[in-house]
Amino acid sequence: MKHNIYVYLGIMAAITYAIRVLPLTLIRRQIKNRFLRSFLYYVPYVTLAVMTFPAILESTQSPVAGAAALAVGIIAAWCGAGLFPVSVSCCAVVFVLELFII
Amino acid sequence: MKKELKEGMRDGIPIGLGYLAVSFSLGVAAKSAGLTAFQGFIASLSNNASAGEYAGFTVIAANAAYLEMALMTLIANARYLLMSCALSQKFAPDTPLKHRLLVGYDVTDEIFGITIARPGPLEPYYTYGAIIVAAPCWAVGTALGVIAGNLLPLRAVSALSVALFGMFLAVIIPPARKNRIVALFVLVSFLASFAAANLPLVSQLSSGTRTIILTVAISAVAAALFPVREEEEAVA
Repeated sequence: MKHNIYVYLGIMAAITYAIRVLPLTLIRRQIKNRFLRSFLYYVPYVTLAVMTFPAILESTQSPVAGAAALAVGIIAAWCGAGLFPVSVSCCAVVFVLELFII
Repeated sequence: MKKELKEGMRDGIPIGLGYLAVSFSLGVAAKSAGLTAFQGFIASLSNNASAGEYAGFTVIAANAAYLEMALMTLIANARYLLMSCALSQKFAPDTPLKHRLLVGYDVTDEIFGITIARPGPLEPYYTYGAIIVAAPCWAVGTALGVIAGNLLPLRAVSALSVALFGMFLAVIIPPARKNRIVALFVLVSFLASFAAANLPLVSQLSSGTRTIILTVAISAVAAALFPVREEEEAVA
């Protein structure tokens, strides 16, 4: 069965909004549970890391270029570059490398 | 015009420019999942989420169950739950409900960042100013990505497709530099994700399901072994 894209989009929008708005409206005091706080603290880093690798290797025409983009992105972000410069350097390294590889 | 609204719009301009570029690559992902430009526009206007939308598009591409979409969206956007929890502490207690509902529309890494960085209790109109400028850039950039993904040479699409991953790295690497435990678990996540994508049986699961399982498991282990102190949470 082919699912309906608008139902997918509706689910995405409803859940995303609920995640953001429920804490803003319901929480009027601090969360105390230490495990829960710690879990919430680690989730963003873990989920983004899991989604980045190895998917970045498959997103480019050549996996070598994807690996180079990963390395350059990590180095640039490590050196304190912001969101936009890091993204641009990843794109640039893929573009230049694939001129030679492919 | 309210002074706070104007200030918010000014600070929203660099954010909007960054959004335009990054959401373009999100549009390329939307197109390969089979979305039209209009659907990409709607997705971005109603979600304002990079990782969450990207994850959602992988679910759409796989034609997976609606339940998987719900779980995937929940996990990929879990960090916004954390940010909103932090923001909830910054609202003046007597802030009317309508402001809480509207600010909740666009709690992103960047909007959250400038909102929380502004001294004093949360000023909704400052945040609205930034949203008015930045949110349309995000939606338009996504639609352009869907359209121009077609027109651009394969070489350029290949290069642009890593922009989103670059943004993810820009979010996770600076805290990893400051905190060794975060660095350790970023590395663990890379390795576990690579293993899960290649191991027999596990690799048969959709990438969305693998992301959900790995995120919950690794974060729970991290939280159990290395519970965070209050002051560390400030860098999140």
